[in-house]
Amino acid sequence: MNASAGEPPALLAQSLRKSFRRAEQAAPVAALDGVSLRAHHGELTALVGPDGAGKTTLMRLAAGLLRADGGTLQVLGIDVAGEPQQVQDRISYMPQRFGLYEDLSVAENLDLYADLHGVGADERAERYPALMAMTALAPFRTRLAGQLSGGMKQKLGLACTLVRSPQLLLLDEPTVGVDPLSRRELWDIVRRLVAEQGLTVLLSTAYLDEAERCGRVILLHQGQVLFEGAPQQVADRAMGRSFTAVPAPGQPARMLQARLLDQPDIIDAVPDGARVRFVRAAAAPAGDDSLRNLDAAAVPPRFEDGFMLLLRSHAEGGRSASISVSRPIAHTREAVVSVQQLVRRFGAFVAVDRITFDVRRGEIFGLLGPNGAGKTTTFRMLCGLLAPSDGALFVAGADVRSAPASARARLGYVAQKFSLYGPLSVQENLEFFASAYGLRGDGKRERIAWALRQFELGAQARTTSAQLPAGFQQRLAMAAALLHEPEILFLDEPTSGADPLARRAFWRRITALAEQGVTVIVTTHFMQEAEYCDRVAIMDAGQVLAQGSPAEVRELARTDATPEPSMEDAFIAVVEQARARSRAAGSVPGEQHTQAAPR
Amino acid sequence: MLAAWLRILALSRKELLAVLKDRRSRLSLLVPPIVQALIFGYAATYDLNHVPYAVLDQDHSAASRQLLSGLDGSGVFERVADLQRLGDIRAFIDARRALLVLQIDQNFERDLLSGRGAALQLIADGRNSNTAGTAMGYVTSIVGRFSADWGAAHGFAPPAVQLISRAWFNPNLETRWFMIPGMIGMLTLIQTMMLTGMSVAREREQGTFDQLLVTPFRAYEIMAGKALPSMLVGAIQAAGVLLVAQFWFHIPFAGSYLTLFIGLLLFLLAAVGIGLLLSAVAATMQQAMLYSMLLITPFSLLSGLSTPLSSMPSAVQYLTAINPLRYAIDITRRVYLEGAGLGLLLPDLWPLALLAALTLATASWIFRHRMQ
Amino acid sequence: MTAPASGSSSGAWRAKWRRVRALVLKEAHQVVRDPSSIAIGVVLPVILILLFGYGLSLDVKNVPLAVVIEQATPEAIDLEAGFALSPYFRPRITQAMPPAQLLLLEHRVDGIVRIPADFSRHVSSGDAVLQLIVHGGDANRARIIEGYVQGVVADWSARQSAAGQPGASATVNVQSRLWFNEADNSSYFLVPGLVVLVMTLIGALLTAMVMAREWERGTLEALLVTPVRSEEILLGKTLPYFLLALIGFALCVLASQFLFHVPLRGSLWVLLGASMLYVLVALGIGLLISSWVKNQLVASQLTMLATFMPAFMLSGFLFDLRSMPIVVRLITYALPARYYVALLQSVFLAGDVWTVIVPNTLALAAMAAGLALASRAAMSKSLE
Repeated sequence: MNASAGEPPALLAQSLRKSFRRAEQAAPVAALDGVSLRAHHGELTALVGPDGAGKTTLMRLAAGLLRADGGTLQVLGIDVAGEPQQVQDRISYMPQRFGLYEDLSVAENLDLYADLHGVGADERAERYPALMAMTALAPFRTRLAGQLSGGMKQKLGLACTLVRSPQLLLLDEPTVGVDPLSRRELWDIVRRLVAEQGLTVLLSTAYLDEAERCGRVILLHQGQVLFEGAPQQVADRAMGRSFTAVPAPGQPARMLQARLLDQPDIIDAVPDGARVRFVRAAAAPAGDDSLRNLDAAAVPPRFEDGFMLLLRSHAEGGRSASISVSRPIAHTREAVVSVQQLVRRFGAFVAVDRITFDVRRGEIFGLLGPNGAGKTTTFRMLCGLLAPSDGALFVAGADVRSAPASARARLGYVAQKFSLYGPLSVQENLEFFASAYGLRGDGKRERIAWALRQFELGAQARTTSAQLPAGFQQRLAMAAALLHEPEILFLDEPTSGADPLARRAFWRRITALAEQGVTVIVTTHFMQEAEYCDRVAIMDAGQVLAQGSPAEVRELARTDATPEPSMEDAFIAVVEQARARSRAAGSVPGEQHTQAAPR
Repeated sequence: MLAAWLRILALSRKELLAVLKDRRSRLSLLVPPIVQALIFGYAATYDLNHVPYAVLDQDHSAASRQLLSGLDGSGVFERVADLQRLGDIRAFIDARRALLVLQIDQNFERDLLSGRGAALQLIADGRNSNTAGTAMGYVTSIVGRFSADWGAAHGFAPPAVQLISRAWFNPNLETRWFMIPGMIGMLTLIQTMMLTGMSVAREREQGTFDQLLVTPFRAYEIMAGKALPSMLVGAIQAAGVLLVAQFWFHIPFAGSYLTLFIGLLLFLLAAVGIGLLLSAVAATMQQAMLYSMLLITPFSLLSGLSTPLSSMPSAVQYLTAINPLRYAIDITRRVYLEGAGLGLLLPDLWPLALLAALTLATASWIFRHRMQ
Repeated sequence: MTAPASGSSSGAWRAKWRRVRALVLKEAHQVVRDPSSIAIGVVLPVILILLFGYGLSLDVKNVPLAVVIEQATPEAIDLEAGFALSPYFRPRITQAMPPAQLLLLEHRVDGIVRIPADFSRHVSSGDAVLQLIVHGGDANRARIIEGYVQGVVADWSARQSAAGQPGASATVNVQSRLWFNEADNSSYFLVPGLVVLVMTLIGALLTAMVMAREWERGTLEALLVTPVRSEEILLGKTLPYFLLALIGFALCVLASQFLFHVPLRGSLWVLLGASMLYVLVALGIGLLISSWVKNQLVASQLTMLATFMPAFMLSGFLFDLRSMPIVVRLITYALPARYYVALLQSVFLAGDVWTVIVPNTLALAAMAAGLALASRAAMSKSLE
């Protein structure tokens, strides 16, 4: 678009095709199906699209790690298929799972990549301090990478990728699983490099607010380019169709959202602060009164609205994703999870420091916090995977430490990372977990049929689960955790890395479950999603910093400058205030919150 | 109780599915033991059937020719050269062209006829002194037969005492009869231990272990669910090697299958017990594999499979008390070749049972401890 | 911009060297920090040295032997004394066959010598017969026992005839000499086996899973998209384990000299050269398996099948290769261990026998070169 005539674009793809053959399927699956696109020098280009759209395949093709089946791909004017090493000498690439050597220290990882990229001593002397300052990794130079928290690892991965200034920087979902604070820092680094050094960046992301801030976006869907251009153009498509509505007093936003989603002409509805934001399929015709009984107001569209509009016009499904349980549990106000002065120490390090909270039946309770705040450690204690060092912990009325194994039958647990059995098929996984929870005979058959139906997995029943796309794996994990109709469901970052469509479908199911009396405890790094919760707790450095309904927590960050703070604003404010206090009190800055819980 | 059993069965079924669904891992469990039994059945023998030798015959008499034809007609010795000079011997031995060189003095026949007895020089390549020793033994017995025949033909008195010897359980003294039954234990140990150790390590590495721990499984149920499939695989491998021994090598089975499998069952229990113990120590599959090797190597060297236990120093013999393979090999050999019954096998069975109980109890304790 | 390939040629080499050094350092750190690598690289060699030095032996000594004396005549007692005095036997006397047979069944004795009731009478008439039953299970041992019994009986009858009438006989006395191992010391033949096992374990087992591990942990993807060349990755994977194997080798050679007192009649340099070649071959096999098979269970089984078991069974250190059937012999030609064992046995015990050294070294070198090419091909910088 704005490329000078003589210089080729940083990346130029023409009718690019790539398919993969799966073990038991005869026909190869097309990952990229005639993709033509370009990225310009000195610009930030974002690749967005649902899971399985072909984003990672495109990245790997550009990095010379895969060979295309057809079409051409030029990176920095070089044909990647012909001269992959030439390209690899000039670019830097950060894969989705950046492979840090976990048994090497921070400095050793950094030195390794500096050596591999041929960065000399002078350059290092100049660059290392800047990288350390940007990533705040300086105090941890000698720590083994395996002992860093998830966000720290991601930042170290970025630092390793940036030991030199490449001619093109490829970042594949660099912010998955990274907390809002670290995410903001990461983006500051990237944007500063683009602004100050004219770096060319191509990145893929599942966060649409990130895409919105890029110079250019490319929307991929099922291996094809749906859109290529400035993000504002996407937002503009939803012009006149975006609204916000205020829920009735005392009613959670998610009730209103569910109602809105059930209306056929509403494409998308998400909680947005105290309101619900929704997008209609078409601009309201004159005299339309379908919104009359809502307290709705038109708002300027944003990227996400246009994105949903674009996708909905190409894809169906994911809308009827509600769920029903066979035995609804009566809502009572009793606390089903009770945590009092809970402490967990690993040696001298205190991962969880005297936290206290209750979760009532049928509630959705959100546990928020930066990477390494102690959320996962708390979760593992709640599920009985880890013994508390001190304090009391009651789950479903039983002391987890002394409860018999059968008490675990009342819990369901979905881990952060897909952790069902990869070599087994969907059906076999479900059968195993059904038997593990003591289901048998007709009951077992019925529940498995229910799970396949509810989670739309029937067509994949015989597929090996390792070969399922991430979104399907997430559904399978949920299905397996719900087979035995648990009273309490623990979900550890269930939406990390999931695309916006999958995330919406997921929350639809969760809210439906909660309405039927299932208690849900969930962690997430999407602050928007915290709005689905009845109550949230923000943790850092092992302590609960704030607790209450989303509205109450948002209220904590209200200032004159931000009269209507988002949950993300509130989160950042709460954590930063607490850190400033602890620094003032003289404890080592950042020393605690970055320590990952040893497994 | 029923619920626990159903859970154990579900876990066992899952383990088997996970291992057997992948064609390559299915093959890697079933093919190696059979292939190894076949190859090693032929290879692992101390019997010699092809000994190249050279001769320096300085006598060129009827007696020396008769002696040499005895060697050449044995089917074991192959004459590769007739040497002319003493100096040639070194070259033949050094270059490994001959394992033995037989030197017949020019007085050989004359000494024999004189009745004072004759002498032969036999030089052997001692780089593998075991093979050389066996080959020299063969020569000695052929020479013994020659001197008896020659003596009888030339009117000399037979030796005063005649030794009639007979070997029980293996009348033709074939090493193979000894080796292959022993391999039943050896080959199953490797995979049973590794499979158990790696299956827990794999769950740890892939994060599925936590998922398993939040289900109502108790520690002992998980252990049983991990142990049963490994034992089943081990038993099938053992049966495969047994079939090879009987139907390929035609080694007659003297005992009862029931006795054999009772012994193997105890052995497999001890093996999975050790595997589970290893898996408590190993964090990754690589570690599980390397630690298993660290145990399997001394286990197999000190098992009596290839070198006899009774030749080891007594301190080392005491050490082998904790080696399950030692008992397994003894059991398989004695049941297979001698038809030994449970009563005779008791000295092997109770240590195995004790080992199994100890390792399983310890592993179970560690598992429970880890879960809490 | 620092595109290393575009520099001067010496600059390019310096960049290359720096990349290899970085990869070697990385791998070395990982080895040192993983206790299981140390266990295989250092602990196992020491265990093996101790076992081979003090545990294993094919020597047959102190064989428990039942001697059935059916009638206690002076001759029978004298013969039994012959067994008692021999270093090879520990006789147990019984009066009849059935208890002796039970001893044999219970594995309390390895053989039975029956001196019949009419033995003395027949000795004087010159047609005495002794009965020997050996446990044939371990055929090798049985044959050795038979030979020893034969020896004791022959000695005894020679003494008898010396005492009685010196009759003429057609005995042939075989004077054997065991070259290279005159004292028939079993350490002499175990040391090559020890070295080949240690080198195989370090070379192949440690590398069998290293590539698979990089794939699984996702570390390779980032590594590939750097200026690093595939041959540099291979070098980085080879050198640390090569050095570790040389340490194991040094331990074995030191043990052979100072613990087992096995002579080193050839030159140390030939030994070192041959060992380095063999380690390269073993590393090559390990790396090749690990870059082809990304399933760790399969990789481990394949490595056992392709390296460890053959080194033990098919290398010629324990079992004679020439006596194996042709098919099995052909398989041994495809395995590096047989060439290495031939080299080790010659260099340790016989000296620098070039007729042995040259062909076996060439075979190993060809294998090393072939494996280097194959690994280079398998290690393409691609995820496909």
